[in-house]
Amino acid sequence: MGKYFDELMQDHRFREGLNACMNCGACTAVCPAAEYYNYDPRQIVDDVQARDDESIEALMKSDTIWYCGECMSCRPRCPRGNTPAYVIQALRKLSQKYGFFTESEKGRQQYALGKVLGGNMMELGYCVHPTRVAPRMHPEQGPVWAWVHEHDDDVFARFTENYKKQGPGPARAIDPESMAEFRRIFDVSGGTEFLDNIERHSLKKAEELGMTPEEYMEYVYTYNSGTHTL
Amino acid sequence: MKYRYANWQEYSKYIADDHYYYARSCIRQNFFPGSEKAFLDILRNDLGMDITEDPRHTTCTGIGYHSDVVPLETTMAIVARQFALMTECGYENYVASCITSFGIYSEVLDMWHHFPELEAKARENLFKATGREFHKPKILVHTSDLMFHVREKIAEKGVRRLVNAATGEPLKVVDHIGCHYAKVFPKKGIGGAEFPYVLAGMVEAWGGQSVDYPERRHCCGFGFRNYLVQANRGYSIANSKKKFESMAPYQPDFIVSNCPGCAMFLDRWQFTLNAMTGSNYAIPSLTYEEMAGLVMGIDPWDLGLQMHQVPVEPLLDKLGVQYDPAAKYLGKNGKFIGQPVAPAIYNPAAL
Ligand code: SF4
Ligand code: SF4
Repeated sequence: MGKYFDELMQDHRFREGLNACMNCGACTAVCPAAEYYNYDPRQIVDDVQARDDESIEALMKSDTIWYCGECMSCRPRCPRGNTPAYVIQALRKLSQKYGFFTESEKGRQQYALGKVLGGNMMELGYCVHPTRVAPRMHPEQGPVWAWVHEHDDDVFARFTENYKKQGPGPARAIDPESMAEFRRIFDVSGGTEFLDNIERHSLKKAEELGMTPEEYMEYVYTYNSGTHTL
Repeated sequence: MKYRYANWQEYSKYIADDHYYYARSCIRQNFFPGSEKAFLDILRNDLGMDITEDPRHTTCTGIGYHSDVVPLETTMAIVARQFALMTECGYENYVASCITSFGIYSEVLDMWHHFPELEAKARENLFKATGREFHKPKILVHTSDLMFHVREKIAEKGVRRLVNAATGEPLKVVDHIGCHYAKVFPKKGIGGAEFPYVLAGMVEAWGGQSVDYPERRHCCGFGFRNYLVQANRGYSIANSKKKFESMAPYQPDFIVSNCPGCAMFLDRWQFTLNAMTGSNYAIPSLTYEEMAGLVMGIDPWDLGLQMHQVPVEPLLDKLGVQYDPAAKYLGKNGKFIGQPVAPAIYNPAAL
């Protein structure tokens, strides 16, 4: 009893995010995820404050903790000064630590997020880059973006001399020494291990499901069972 | 009509007049490179301010952090490196071009204040990885805060106002503030989370009319993992749809957004909704730099308005902007680089 709760308490966000919830539901009322998904942040906060290991583990294995958009709309509304999103961030961290995230459809998507965002950051020093927003993966971006993507050198040349080159300006190449520092920060602060851990658990799951890493990537990025919304 | 809420002033903050270290945004530089250029050009060249840019800075990791693939300790150490670069450049004021970054920096500084052991750890990690040390910024603002701060000067130097050139009527503007600007720390945003005034203040100073539509404070629907993973995008578009339905009855002349991601989504989702549902949304979605650029008389194609999915020409015509329609999709020095296909025949599956 309380092992997971104690571990959650080590996360500073959890300590900031959870005082005593009085179940008023203000967070749920304003929550865009609760309006779209079968999701109730009030319920999560209330479950967690009961300190029951079994139900916290069930949460960490469920889709429920992965619906939140981390918009923080709940934060200024809670009359008790809670931040449900912080509680969720702490649950997500622990779920990934123990590999519970691969037990749910929405949790498994962490593999795609780790690969895409981790790859962009480690290789380019950015979360997003024009060359990485491929129209095939982003049909919703529309034809103008497809044109920008195809002619990126020429489109960006109107705004900068340094597109994909070193020097100041938008979408510049970050110099090798800065990139080396960036990666070393990930190494010493646990960021690299965090990404590796997501990958280890995900590839184990892929094997269990009889999928290659590429098939698993395609699956987690696109599969929607259609059972999540209200 | 004057902006209805007087109480935005309860949420104002000190903004230094000059000398800023500027940090670009992954999203803004990606989708709105002309906006970042306009921001620097207007503040530096037209207003003579000292805004320094340092090519060594990286992402703040914000999108990775809020997608839960980057741990807090790593984000703090990366933020520490940005502050170290600022310190080395001799600056104390930090201006971030991104709402997610602004939220990240604000959260990190607040957590360091409440939990000094986290700051000590970030300093240790930074030193171990890079040998660098840092001072925390004295002033931290978002680029829109700074533009709000100089809005009267821009109004003085501007070549036009946000009015219909034919009728003289003020244009109706709906704004979108971006959740992480003021919902994380209402006191750190002009007007707070309830009475957002940072964009409305610019709109009013430049002659437009700010419309307080019902879902003004609602999230655009980015939701990090909810957009980045294709299977989740229904969440994203559903939230934007709710906003469009709420603003449409006011017949806005354009949307202006604080956050670069929101400006992009509120542009692209109109196209997607039209394709999915047969709707006819066509509300130009601008960044505040683009809005300022038009006031200052910058050519729309130098501002990057050709990178928008929703056509901006109806707005340019209302404002009386002189522009060359044939130059819209040209590259530098008039180079021909083709042009986008029409939305009706766009087939991304064939790409
Ligand atoms: S941060 Fe998450 S729980 Fe809070 S309002 Fe946004 S989606 Fe809902
Ligand atoms: S708003 Fe606060 S007190 Fe009310 S249900 Fe949500 S977390 Fe609990």
